[in-house]
Amino acid sequence: MSGALLPWLVALPLLAVPAIVALDRWPNAREAASLLAGLLLFALVVTLWPEVSSGARPAWTLVEPLPGIALALRAEPLGLLLALVASLLWVVTTVYAIGYMRGHHEQNQTRFYAFFAIAIASTMGAAFAANLVTLFVFYEILTLSTFPLVTHAGTDAARRGGRTYLGLLMATSIGLLLLAIVWTWQLTGTTEFTPGGILAGHAGPGTLGVLYALFLFGIGKAALMPFHRWLPAAMVAPTPVSALLHAVAVVKVGVFSVLKVSVYVFGLDLLSVSGASTLMTYVAGATVLIASLVALRQDNLKRRLAYSTVSQLGYVVLGATLATAWGTVGGGAHIAMHAFGKITLFFCAGAILVAAHKTEVSQLDGIGRRMPWTLGAFAVGTLSMIGLPPAAGFVSKWYLLLGSLATEHYVVVAVLVASTLLNAAYFLPIVYAAFFRAPPPPAPGEHAHGEAPLAMVAALLFTAGLTLAMFFYPDLVLRLVRQLVGGA
Amino acid sequence: MTGSDLPVLLVIVPLLAAPLCLVLRRGGAAWAVALASSGYCLYAAYTLLGTVRAGGTLDYAMGGWPAPWGIAYRIDLLNAYVLLLVAAIAAVVVLYARVSAAVEIPRHQHARFYAALLLCLAGMLGITITGDAFNLFVFLEISSLSSYALISLGRDRRALTASYQYLIMGTLGATFILIGVGLLYMLTGTLNMVDIAGRIQGLAGNRTLLAAFAFLVAGIGLKLALFPLHLWLPNAYAYAPSVVTALLAGTATKVAVYVLLRFLYTVFGYDLAFADAFLHYLLAALAVVGLLVASTVAIFQDDVKRMLAYSSVAQIGYTVLGISLLNQTGLTAALVHLFNHGLMKTALFLALGCVFYRLGSVCLDDLRGLGRQMPWTLAAFVAGGLSLIGVPLTVGFISKWYLVLAALELGWWPVAVVVLGGSLLSVIYIGRVVEVAYMQPRPAGAERVREAPLGLLLPTWALVAATFWFGIDTGLTLGTAGEIAGQLFGGGR
Repeated sequence: MSGALLPWLVALPLLAVPAIVALDRWPNAREAASLLAGLLLFALVVTLWPEVSSGARPAWTLVEPLPGIALALRAEPLGLLLALVASLLWVVTTVYAIGYMRGHHEQNQTRFYAFFAIAIASTMGAAFAANLVTLFVFYEILTLSTFPLVTHAGTDAARRGGRTYLGLLMATSIGLLLLAIVWTWQLTGTTEFTPGGILAGHAGPGTLGVLYALFLFGIGKAALMPFHRWLPAAMVAPTPVSALLHAVAVVKVGVFSVLKVSVYVFGLDLLSVSGASTLMTYVAGATVLIASLVALRQDNLKRRLAYSTVSQLGYVVLGATLATAWGTVGGGAHIAMHAFGKITLFFCAGAILVAAHKTEVSQLDGIGRRMPWTLGAFAVGTLSMIGLPPAAGFVSKWYLLLGSLATEHYVVVAVLVASTLLNAAYFLPIVYAAFFRAPPPPAPGEHAHGEAPLAMVAALLFTAGLTLAMFFYPDLVLRLVRQLVGGA
Repeated sequence: MTGSDLPVLLVIVPLLAAPLCLVLRRGGAAWAVALASSGYCLYAAYTLLGTVRAGGTLDYAMGGWPAPWGIAYRIDLLNAYVLLLVAAIAAVVVLYARVSAAVEIPRHQHARFYAALLLCLAGMLGITITGDAFNLFVFLEISSLSSYALISLGRDRRALTASYQYLIMGTLGATFILIGVGLLYMLTGTLNMVDIAGRIQGLAGNRTLLAAFAFLVAGIGLKLALFPLHLWLPNAYAYAPSVVTALLAGTATKVAVYVLLRFLYTVFGYDLAFADAFLHYLLAALAVVGLLVASTVAIFQDDVKRMLAYSSVAQIGYTVLGISLLNQTGLTAALVHLFNHGLMKTALFLALGCVFYRLGSVCLDDLRGLGRQMPWTLAAFVAGGLSLIGVPLTVGFISKWYLVLAALELGWWPVAVVVLGGSLLSVIYIGRVVEVAYMQPRPAGAERVREAPLGLLLPTWALVAATFWFGIDTGLTLGTAGEIAGQLFGGGR
């Protein structure tokens, strides 16, 4: 019945683009258009919620560009979760961006908001893709539409970052992912996402292992090492871009695709029986640890956050490769849980940049006294990253631990424990320094600053609140994710 | 003039319109004649395709003389499909030509330019439509000679040497083809392709036949610019007027692919042509090496037109690769890529023509910062580039999908990797242009450039729109290509 709603979820952000461009000269009206589209989009996604929760899978087909392969959308729990998170955070990020872009006097703001809307549209499309080809289509549009955002500053550094960004994402998606998709099609004659998977009975364990590796490395947006470098490179973008796209939309589309492939293309049973995912478990575990170690050594705040993202994405992939119900629930839930925490951290980094013009961790001594709200929210975000109560990250980590214990993957248990310690090691010193170290004497010409503009602080407090709320009401997320594994 | 005369009118109309252009002498009038006749050809080709799809192969005896004595035209789906591509590209290019030629070609040459253009069109349509091997050679010469003239009209004096180089190589190719046809005539006593096909069955192993086959494949390979016989192509494309480059890139090599398919599948037949696996491996190897080498060379070009010319050589590699895989999926891929590449490459060259119209140059350095000043032109270039890369929703994706699938069906997965690797190389050379045009400031002291006039933008964007349309609704291209592949395999085996 509501299948006809699905194309509108993709179209709505796209419809905002001409409005944004037309309102170029009236910034307030332009941002209002973004906000309005965001609110409407979130409301529409929410209307799908009850239906999908009760087991319905509304679907909609556009055309069949290749015989047997349609551009089609279908709502299912995991996609709905991604769409809910992305559309809600689009609204929040727009509020934040108003403060940031104006407070930081960025150029070309219209272009910024326009490509932002396109990126959200492709995220919606990826979230509701009914088959691998549709997913691939929106995956590529997302890469291309975020390229102008990454290179927004137009400087040499931005150009270099953009090259790495586009190069790695295109190379992995065309070179590996597309190959995996065509191969799947050749083996099975379908690319449809089907509960229980489509590959069973079509290939031996060796082929499955190679195919799974092609998929997981091919989904470069999941930032598995050694294809993770685009993510730190993308940090040249303005902070709202880093916040929404590189903490939420882009990377989440990546790990979402990994989960989707694991659950709906391979199927958990096939993965655990054939052992196709064993190798990738180790790759994901290594990514979690190595990225954390690298993060320890980053002085630039945004880069440290970027490596933390790489490591946190590894959790989701770990959850998928465990090929158990608990692991999948943990991985799926982590998509939402990590999103709220990480966007808070990025928002804080941007607020510090705008208010205090500081980008390095070593400059943050005593800053908590001047920006107590911002750094307070930062502390909540770090709790979630480490996985401590009362923050959202605890919930998903709990399920990941359960999953790895249940399958006796003690290596994974060790990885989770070690990475918790490492997370604490690179996040807590920031919080400590900000609140308990004395601020350095002001440099000549430096004027005292307070909090960032109101729009930014409001946005980051809201997401920090969400991070806490998700600890107390995890069922909002968990009920959706459990449907993935048959309500386990 | 009944509908049944369409096959001959398709060739006669541009052939007779060409001298009319010379008689009229005025550039504007000549353009009108060219536009009307190429428009008519498009209409005729479209109608023919519809007729053939509905009613099967059409036979047309020239002047009412039946086949062994007269020249027979035989139109099956393959001809009709290529005819439509050639006519469509030509119509769009002629539409574009008026504004572009006004700045690129001296005024007193305009009438001759349109006459040569129409002759070239008539030649290519003739090659595609005829069922007579010698007649094919005649039309080949008509189109080749007129394209030498067209290339030499380029403003750069190097156009003359480029044209001369093409003349030498093209004549070699045409001579080889003529020798091949002559040997076949000697062997069978007929020039009608269907008759030849009937009479050489059972002659497998005959040395004359083998020699004919070798001459034909090598000759066609020259016209096709199959690596390493492509040396004439980059210069010819780079120095010809923009309109001419666009026309040749979209049609000339496509027609050569048609000729190759026609000889391999209709005249010799699958069993003879691929009797031993030699040609299978030779074509595949040349295609793979060609597409890798040409794509790599393209990355290092500073003249964007030359860059696209090398990209064309690479794309010919893709097409030939599809043919060489010898399965139905591969042939479908080759046929669909024939059409798709025609659309995207012509669109790209037309976009470059817009740049040339304003700047008088298409060097990478001069393109700096142009993205802001000519937004529509550069957007068209980027859109065409995405198609070349093979981004989904564009025609390029459809081609790549089938090529990769065909390679996997054969179990040649390294070839599948090469196909996708070629895409990545095109990301680099298209990316270079994008970076320069969008992320660098205009050179100091450069004048402000205005957007290209609508007379150039509209035809360009019509083709860009087509690259997306046929990337999403593939009924016409993929449907026809699949049917042709089925027919060729059904008839060949």
